[in-house]
Amino acid sequence: MTPPGPLAPWYDFRDLSNAVERLLSWLSDIGPDWLVYVVSAVIGGTAIFLFVAATAVANIWVERRVVARIQVRRGPNRAGPWGLLQPIADMTKLMQKEALLPRAGDPVVFLLAPILAFGPALLVWGVFPFGKGMTFVDLNVGVLYIIAVTSVTTIVLFMAGWSSNNKYSLLGAIRVIAMLLSYEVPLVLALLGVVLFAGTMSLSGIVAWQHDMRIWLFLVQPLAFVIYFICATAEINRTPTDIAEAESEIVAGYHTEYSGIQFGLFYAVELVNAMALGAIAATLFFGGWWLFGLDRWIPGWMIFIGKVYLIYFLLIWLRGTLPRLRIDQLMAFAWKFLLPLALVNIMVGALEVLLWVEYDLSAGLVLPVFSVVNLSLAVLLVVGWMRFMAFPFHRLPSRARLVHDIPVVAPGAPAGGAA
Amino acid sequence: MDEPGVVAAFWVLTVTAVGSAVMVAAVRNLLHAVLFLVLSFVGVAGLYITLSADFVAVVQVLIYAGAIAVLMLFAIMLTPRAARDNADGIFWAPALVLAGLMATTIGLIATRTEWAVSDRGPFSQTASAIGEALLDPFVLPFEVASVVLVAAMIGAIVIVREE
Amino acid sequence: MTVGLEHYLVVGGLLFAIGLYLALAKRNAIGILMGIELMLNAVNLTLVAFSRFIVAPRPIDGQVFAVFVITVAAAEAAVALALVVAIYRHRQTIDMNRINLLRW
Repeated sequence: MTPPGPLAPWYDFRDLSNAVERLLSWLSDIGPDWLVYVVSAVIGGTAIFLFVAATAVANIWVERRVVARIQVRRGPNRAGPWGLLQPIADMTKLMQKEALLPRAGDPVVFLLAPILAFGPALLVWGVFPFGKGMTFVDLNVGVLYIIAVTSVTTIVLFMAGWSSNNKYSLLGAIRVIAMLLSYEVPLVLALLGVVLFAGTMSLSGIVAWQHDMRIWLFLVQPLAFVIYFICATAEINRTPTDIAEAESEIVAGYHTEYSGIQFGLFYAVELVNAMALGAIAATLFFGGWWLFGLDRWIPGWMIFIGKVYLIYFLLIWLRGTLPRLRIDQLMAFAWKFLLPLALVNIMVGALEVLLWVEYDLSAGLVLPVFSVVNLSLAVLLVVGWMRFMAFPFHRLPSRARLVHDIPVVAPGAPAGGAA
Repeated sequence: MDEPGVVAAFWVLTVTAVGSAVMVAAVRNLLHAVLFLVLSFVGVAGLYITLSADFVAVVQVLIYAGAIAVLMLFAIMLTPRAARDNADGIFWAPALVLAGLMATTIGLIATRTEWAVSDRGPFSQTASAIGEALLDPFVLPFEVASVVLVAAMIGAIVIVREE
Repeated sequence: MTVGLEHYLVVGGLLFAIGLYLALAKRNAIGILMGIELMLNAVNLTLVAFSRFIVAPRPIDGQVFAVFVITVAAAEAAVALALVVAIYRHRQTIDMNRINLLRW
């Protein structure tokens, strides 16, 4: 909560916490301490839940229309003007389908898996700074909290795959867990580069750092953004990395046996996760609610939501254009390409921060230099490492070895003729 | 720590952690036992938060619930013909007696000692304090821990490798 | 009521006792491993509780110790589960009552 001072009028919607603060200060005059706490938690939680639900519903339409336009077709346009009622049609259809329950599997775990899958998707939204004073919980370890919460998804997906009593579901679940665990390592290292420069793991602290230094962390750590984006796309199982659950692969993987509203929950979780990826990237790399001073006229939360949707558009663009990668290609990509790049990124970033702090240089001098160095290093590393890894080592000439002398009869020569 | 919120959180989390641990022992299906173990880990992580150890809590969820539990699930999956009924061995009665004795002993020691409790209050920034402690007094265990992890990784791969 | 150091120590003791029962009484190797992980958790809880409550020159040491215990527990779980899978390949079972003789 922002410290007490002259409170802005409660209707000043540039900072939505004004109304909440008025309400809470009125409550703290009349009620006990714990009531203020409970009311603020309920208001914040309900607001975040409504926002997440509204974006999940709206994104059904956004995703299908944008993917359709990229694929040179129209997309849903029958269910209302411009197909705007398509999400309602989808949800109604899913709700009235029978939610099957495989009796021979594990019914309790089968029922719990889609519900628990929604948990991490919702929990991660609590730490984002939507505006200047509008963070639900400003954790000191916000970045690490996001990584920890999204890593619980692995257990939930395994529950879904195992309890379906279907060997294709189990195989899809094994593949997706292997992929998730492999992509977590470069993801953590990439976010560590961000934390190096900002000096704090709290998300509002990172946005405040970008606000104070007047620079986006994307410019200072471009390689970290690229690595984070690819790894997070793999973490949420979106194309081009959705080998585990795409409709044309392995019969939809871990959610083969789910129908009706359970499948609807998995689908909604995928959309909410994509928005969460956008929110993390917008907060850590693109300044969150701050946009070079524009937040004096436009409310900060509108800028934040705009950035989230821009990155979500980038995700939909990738989905519409790129083909799907195979599971062994994905694992090789994570371990052999992304992990070394992330390590080099951290080493270079730590060196830069050390130089900056040791010689007490001013930020205005040092940050543009770091941006240029990091950008060129990112391009060099990506292109160079790609060339190195794609080099056909197996076609290099090997050392001379003794082979048996084989009598060869040239075609067309007389039989028994000399070679 | 006497705010009602912290006390309520402590009791809920204690019941979760200890109750799930009891269910790990009592449940008849090995997979359900692992899931209850994950719930117990999350409960203990919540207890760390009531102790204002936020970094340790998040690391606990990340490593225990996110990695070690997945390792156990993989091991269950890679042993398909093993019994999955979470049965007790032949020593369950002595084990029960020993566990009861251990719980009683620790409980009596905990409640009957005059601990030197300080009135410091909760920590404010544990992540940076742990980081500084890892690099100044504890740098040797830090480096040795990295060697241990590499050795464990290579060892696990070598043991599991098919010839 | 106040939640003090003794409460956390008793919770840690209970978790340790349950982990000890699992480690001694379960037949499945993975059940025993679950007991070991519970015991390590209980120890971590007591360490962090001491770090919060006890007079100390550098109170963060308890949490540093807990982080090291988590690290070593992860390494040990990896090697133990690799051993379990390797034993399964030879004996087709991970029942501790059957793997208790050195030769057969």
